[in-house]
Amino acid sequence: MQATLALDLAPIARADRWRPAELAFWLIPVAAYFIFPENLVLLTQIAITALFCLSLDLILGYAGIVSLGHAAFFGLGAYAAGLLAAHGYGDPLIGLAVAAVVTAVLGYVTSFLVLRGADLTRLMVTLGVSMMLYEIANKLTDITGGVDGLQGMEVLPVLGQFEFDLYGKTAYWYAVAVLFVLFWVARKLVHSPFGLSLKGIRLNVGRMPALGAPVNGRLSTVYTIGAAYAGIAGALLAQTTQFVALDVLAFNRSAELLLILVLGGSGSLYGALLGTIVFMSAHHLLSDLNPQYWQFWLGALLVVIVLFARDGVMGGLRGVQRRLDAAFGRTK
Amino acid sequence: MAFRKSVVAIVAALAAIPALAAEPLKVGMVLPMSGPFAAYGKQIENGARLYLKQNNDTLAGRKVELIIKDDTGVAPEISKRAAQELVVKDKVDILAGFGLTPSAFAAAPVSKEAKKPMIVMNAAASAVTTKSDYILRVSHTLPQITAPVAEWAAKNKIRKVYTLVADYGPGQDAEAQFKKTFTAAGGEIVGEVRTPVKNPDFAPFLQKIKDVKPDAVFLFVPPGEQTVAFMKGFAERDLAKAGIRVIATGDLTEEDILDAVGDNALGIVNSLQYSEVHDSPENKAYVQAYYKAYPKDRPNYMSVSGYDGMQLIAKTLEKTGGDASGDKFVAAAKGMSWVSPRGKIAIDAQTRDIVQTIYIRKVEKVAGKLQNVEFDKIADLRDPGKQ
Repeated sequence: MQATLALDLAPIARADRWRPAELAFWLIPVAAYFIFPENLVLLTQIAITALFCLSLDLILGYAGIVSLGHAAFFGLGAYAAGLLAAHGYGDPLIGLAVAAVVTAVLGYVTSFLVLRGADLTRLMVTLGVSMMLYEIANKLTDITGGVDGLQGMEVLPVLGQFEFDLYGKTAYWYAVAVLFVLFWVARKLVHSPFGLSLKGIRLNVGRMPALGAPVNGRLSTVYTIGAAYAGIAGALLAQTTQFVALDVLAFNRSAELLLILVLGGSGSLYGALLGTIVFMSAHHLLSDLNPQYWQFWLGALLVVIVLFARDGVMGGLRGVQRRLDAAFGRTK
Repeated sequence: MAFRKSVVAIVAALAAIPALAAEPLKVGMVLPMSGPFAAYGKQIENGARLYLKQNNDTLAGRKVELIIKDDTGVAPEISKRAAQELVVKDKVDILAGFGLTPSAFAAAPVSKEAKKPMIVMNAAASAVTTKSDYILRVSHTLPQITAPVAEWAAKNKIRKVYTLVADYGPGQDAEAQFKKTFTAAGGEIVGEVRTPVKNPDFAPFLQKIKDVKPDAVFLFVPPGEQTVAFMKGFAERDLAKAGIRVIATGDLTEEDILDAVGDNALGIVNSLQYSEVHDSPENKAYVQAYYKAYPKDRPNYMSVSGYDGMQLIAKTLEKTGGDASGDKFVAAAKGMSWVSPRGKIAIDAQTRDIVQTIYIRKVEKVAGKLQNVEFDKIADLRDPGKQ
């Protein structure tokens, strides 16, 4: 019994092992710190958006739940951490924890609405939920500051040691550390039997109950986890910017996120990270080159990538690797 | 041509001799250059560049380098990032711009921590200047442009007013300030309504207003489309013929959007600090120079804020001898007064906010062009929001 079980899990264990390329990838944030010491705020925001995108990849790339309102969780997390810090509870890690719990609850509750329908219905429901939150935050001016934004956030040093500084060093390592830990967890998750069952649900939802997998339970769990991830990303943004405005809940944040994920390639975790890096770097470079008309070039770039690299940046990289393998006569 | 250019170069070089040793002055502007508020950024940049051009890019003997960053409108994390990068990477001496209140709020801690002067050129919430001791405002505050029209209305036989504001922060603030000033002056609010910020249908509200028959409607909606929609409905339903007037803050009828509102805007009474047809030699020169530099745009109050922001930098640097370090700059700028195209203005020594005359204007046709014609004013007004 023991032996057969170990045999069954062997492919999972193999997939779970860290490959050299992955280790190399995680050297990028360290290298970036030394190469671009003057762009740490941008790099921090890339890390935060990458985490946000990762959360969408979990629910869309793995479980196949489309969402046009993922900013609901991002924004709720941002306001949760922001309000805590504005009312004297400025410890960053506690802020993250509270944001995670609050958004997980919202995620769990709304997951039942999301599970009711098919793709189009889900788009509508997620969009609706995020619009409702936006309007609530807009109306509760006394609590959220409304359009002017939430003020008076005082974020304490991380772990009581590292104060947030003008150069953004603390904020950067803080965001990268949180991203890495949560990425590691997400990686474990998608390579676990739970993660495989999600893939099964995405590929053939009709068969999964026959295998004994509770489809709705699994989907609602992953939606809740995705919500908590997004909430933590929002909380990170609030703490590192020390300000929260209504736009954390705005529709275009959700839409842009979907764009980034498609650009990077969904369903591989790394696609979410790469997509964010490419998108935000391009955005930054182009808008610096031409503050008025950068959106045109960004649009052009997106079209080119999507046309020539199927499955986004990740798909493009896989294609390159395949070609290299073929050229050097290696087999998989 | 080449000769003339070299003469200009020599003159510029001569003018710069006393400060030859001085480093160029870097001014970093954070502005919405794309997205729904791109017009703000364009106008402010136009004004700022016009002043620099008129002064050969040299203020108080220091060559000026202008760096502009786009914050896309309401995206505080981008505004903050832009401000931080301007300070850390581009090593600017002065931060400027800030089209909307959230951007100014988000960037304020950067100015505070880095001790850099931050010149606000549009963000209008009253509290902006309290967020860092290095903030100076050259534009206006929302209460500052709202109170005068309320005061004027109460004094001019408008007894009953119906308020219609968009349901968001600035709308609520405008409503509160209008009510406060108007009722204190003896007026009566006979009805109030808050409309959705996005795509409202004004028809039912207009009908209700027509039934209540107030002397005037106080209007505050996001400038642009909504003003157009409201005024169109107002005209179609004959509210004007029923003797109802429209009063508003002047940003609703500013030059940049006035042509889009069209003839329906005729007769709106409003209050603002600047009008293209403000009668003064400074403004005539300004308008002429503006049209010469930007034939496709009309000068508006935001362009004047950009212009005056640069003028403030110039005058302050003259006082400090070219020193732009935060504490010295702000100390010298406090209480500074000068003549702007909009009239005489000053920086309040206590609040670092703007003190200026607010004009009561009426939209009329002047030489075939819609204009805000000034007919009354409240001189040297401080920000009522800070009292």
